[in-house]
Amino acid sequence: MLAKRIIPCLDVDHGRVKKGVNFVHLTDVGDPVAIAAAYEKQGADELVFLDITATNEKRPAIVDTIEKVASQVFMPLTVGGGIHSVADMQRLLKAGADKVAVNSAAVRDPSLISEGAEKFGAQCIVLAIDSKWDAEKQRYTVFVNGGREATDLDVIEWAKQGVKAGAGELMVTSMDKDGTRSGFDIPLYQALTAAVNVPIIASGGCGKIGDFNDIFNQTAVDAALAASVFHFGEFTIPDVKAALKKDGVTVR
Amino acid sequence: MIAIIDYDTGNTRNVKKAMDFLAIPNTLSADPDVISSADGLILPGVGAFGKAVEALKVRGLIPVIQQAAKQGMPILGICLGMQLLFDRSFEFGETAGLGLIPGEVVAIPENLGVKVPHMGWDQNQVTRVDPIANGFDQQSTYFVHSYYVKTRAQYILAESDYGVKIPSIVRHQNVIGMQFHPEKSGRIGLNGLAAFKELVLNGNYSRN
Repeated sequence: MLAKRIIPCLDVDHGRVKKGVNFVHLTDVGDPVAIAAAYEKQGADELVFLDITATNEKRPAIVDTIEKVASQVFMPLTVGGGIHSVADMQRLLKAGADKVAVNSAAVRDPSLISEGAEKFGAQCIVLAIDSKWDAEKQRYTVFVNGGREATDLDVIEWAKQGVKAGAGELMVTSMDKDGTRSGFDIPLYQALTAAVNVPIIASGGCGKIGDFNDIFNQTAVDAALAASVFHFGEFTIPDVKAALKKDGVTVR
Repeated sequence: MIAIIDYDTGNTRNVKKAMDFLAIPNTLSADPDVISSADGLILPGVGAFGKAVEALKVRGLIPVIQQAAKQGMPILGICLGMQLLFDRSFEFGETAGLGLIPGEVVAIPENLGVKVPHMGWDQNQVTRVDPIANGFDQQSTYFVHSYYVKTRAQYILAESDYGVKIPSIVRHQNVIGMQFHPEKSGRIGLNGLAAFKELVLNGNYSRN
């Protein structure tokens, strides 16, 4: 049986790892290769690198960083941020990424998903979605450009459309929860896992070990992603896995 | 020197990175002379079976690999590269493989309540004691595949239970396959590549 994955997320800007609270304030936490190696040692199941400024400032993606990390760290690597074309995907995959995550560019042009899936395989293409609850419309709304801009899209519908286009995995961040440390957005992931049949990575809101138990016990997501709680050593991946194991969740 | 066969498939450079990290002398090549004079071969592979066979054919590499295997050169196929070692595959119609290990490649059934592709960390059960499978029992490795190999138990060193028993490490004499990605499976995966290197160094294969 497949293990549920615990994924640290490294927000990268100019080759350095940062973590923004609600995507805005940045704190330098270090060198991506050293951090990736430390997480491999801890037993992280995968690493996600997000080039956080790329989409907004149209900077080229972090090919060099990935090349360096992939030479020292031997686990699945996912890269997102600033991916606008199949050529961008190819550069990152060639540098050593296993999967590429598309977000704003896929909203503008959904054929990016299908073209990527056709060329590299659906398992390479992750659709990243930033979600925010709209109380008025009683639905989750898709945001783009690092969460700065609302769209007309409904998250659940967009997820279905993305999977139909060929996305092999969804990485969905709850903007309502991100930075709050109040736990993952359980209802969002219950709705998503009921709607699509590809692996889903839950992201945003993790503040304590029990939040991982809650997301895996109460939803069918395949992976949970966190950043600051791991980066600042509040608890470790072995702590999380020990707690999950106690609950009968399959971990590596 | 271990030659990593370079035929335009996805994971070639990551396999090279892992070999470089282990300081195992290796070269990326599609040159028949380099390949037939190597001490060992790695056949990577990601994607569809038929396309990969075509890519090997275009480069004239099928008889080269078959001849090397026949002469006893250690060969390691990874992921799709492992599947290519078998007689045939039924991915998008029937395609002949390299025929180095008896068996065939079929789709993971979709009616087992499991997601296809089989993607992520899954556990291995070692079924036969062999230096290549040493240390893999009860350890998880990283899989990404939608098809799996059906072969006789005598060729299976380890398997992973995903509704069906998926052979995860296979071996027929000097020809070895790993369905998972050793280059993406952390320390345990690197150990598998190092075990292959040992076989290349200490085996009785000599190209002379």
